[in-house]
Amino acid sequence: MTDQVMMDVQGLEIRFGGVVAAAGINFQIYEGRNLAIIGPNGAGKTTFLNMCTGYLKPHAGKIIYEGEDVAGIGPRKLVKKGVARAFQIPQLFAEHSVRENILMAVAAASGYEAPLTRLEDISGASEADRILEMLKCSNLAERPVQELPEGQRKLIDIGVALALKPRLLFLDEPTSGVASTEKFAILEIIAEALEEENVTSVFVEHDEGIVERFADEVAVWNRGEVLYRGTPQDILTHPDVIRDVMGGHV
Amino acid sequence: MKPALFLAGILLCAIAPWIIPNSQVLLTIALSKGLAVLGVIVLLQAGQVSFGHALFYAIAAYGTAFLGKYFGGGELFLAMAIGTISAALAGLLVGLFVVRYRHIFFGMLNLSVSMIFFSILEKFYFITGGSDGLRVERPSVLGIAMERGPFEVVLFYVALVCAVLAMILIHRFLSSPLGNHLRAIKSNEVRLEYLGVSPRLVLLKGYIVSAALCGLGGSLMAVTLGVVTPEYAWWVRSGEFVFIAILGGSGSVGGAFVGALVYEGVRTYASAFAADVWQLILGGVLLVVILFAPKGLIGFIKQRKASNLRPRSSKSAAGEALSK
Repeated sequence: MTDQVMMDVQGLEIRFGGVVAAAGINFQIYEGRNLAIIGPNGAGKTTFLNMCTGYLKPHAGKIIYEGEDVAGIGPRKLVKKGVARAFQIPQLFAEHSVRENILMAVAAASGYEAPLTRLEDISGASEADRILEMLKCSNLAERPVQELPEGQRKLIDIGVALALKPRLLFLDEPTSGVASTEKFAILEIIAEALEEENVTSVFVEHDEGIVERFADEVAVWNRGEVLYRGTPQDILTHPDVIRDVMGGHV
Repeated sequence: MKPALFLAGILLCAIAPWIIPNSQVLLTIALSKGLAVLGVIVLLQAGQVSFGHALFYAIAAYGTAFLGKYFGGGELFLAMAIGTISAALAGLLVGLFVVRYRHIFFGMLNLSVSMIFFSILEKFYFITGGSDGLRVERPSVLGIAMERGPFEVVLFYVALVCAVLAMILIHRFLSSPLGNHLRAIKSNEVRLEYLGVSPRLVLLKGYIVSAALCGLGGSLMAVTLGVVTPEYAWWVRSGEFVFIAILGGSGSVGGAFVGALVYEGVRTYASAFAADVWQLILGGVLLVVILFAPKGLIGFIKQRKASNLRPRSSKSAAGEALSK
């Protein structure tokens, strides 16, 4: 963990009609700290991720990354700068196999576009196998992604993002839709992979147990504002957070 | 497609003119159309249907006609090169505009551009010959002027070589990272953006390749028929390419040529033996294909082969064992 600011969000604002999804957010993401964002539905968590990953352009404010304001520059340029994303609903190429999904990301990251070289013959092909092994999904390599259960699809979605060699990875509810018995096992694999790849992560999560186990820091969101920020122990035992965000239970 | 089957298909096509009398021109026409259909199939990989690709077919055909008109017949390979390059350049220009749209808008915009070109060909009769079109002079082949008979033989084999090369190259292209990114447009453009890849740029590259293939087909067709008319850019022609792609199977490069050969065969013999109802027969053939082979003729052949190769179920094997 360091005190080096990786992404500095200043006065970020966005509205959808009369709904304020970000009301002048000031926020820093620190290198090497796994940050969890919690908050009730409609708090603006995913909107924040959408702005930080270039999908939405804020109406006001700045997102400073590597000394440059990257607000609204679009996902393509951000990916090239080392900011990647995994989705709440896995965004995979349904007609391709697991390995092909990862290979396409490897090819995109290396800019390898020789028109007549087969995808499986590109120079970084072994990288796809390494990522699948790291995510303990080697046995799924040849299966079509649409046949996989949600938990494995989530892992492959994260694998695709990791194949882009990011420095900062945003994960939108990495365990939603996953059976409660599998959540910790999947998060364990993800946490190991992030550490191995030296990737800083920001993840939106509803499960307090997951947050307590895997986050270095927690930020509490509501109505487009950051209400609290601190260590998991401080935040998850904070009486206001328990009452307002967790519905009165821990 | 298995290499042995591929080679057998080429060999069969190569000797067909010697087995079936008067089939040489018909096969050349089918191969020329197959090249254009292959262009349409490239775009179908991205889930986009163009109802206006006859535009590029016509641009190349008129380019070939102009070359012959102003340069004393011209040279076959130069005509093909000029036709292909001019279609590719037109593909770049039109593509810059149409790749911003998807699905029905993409299809209709292609149709509109094609029909604008059709009108230009009709109205600028002092250049294009209007609805009468232009006669295409017979070009020389590597500097050798030929009589009609030998020229048709050479043209057939040139078309066959072009078709084989196009199938190999497009198969490799579609297996490449760029080809896979093109196919990914059909399933998930959002993820493609989050890979750092521009779906528009990928589609534009596919569009140019597709236009070039239509151009090559158009050039060969112009030389084969010896005349070009605005009908080359007519929307029915574009629809015909889509029709053949569905008939042959849009999931495979071979589908373009199998579809074109069957289409031209049915069309020629149906119009010869049932002149009044040949369109009805063609429509009926397509209906049967859609009902019984939704992945086209190539898909049907693959399915049959797969079912023949599939091991018998344990139930039937056990039943056989018990009956012994």
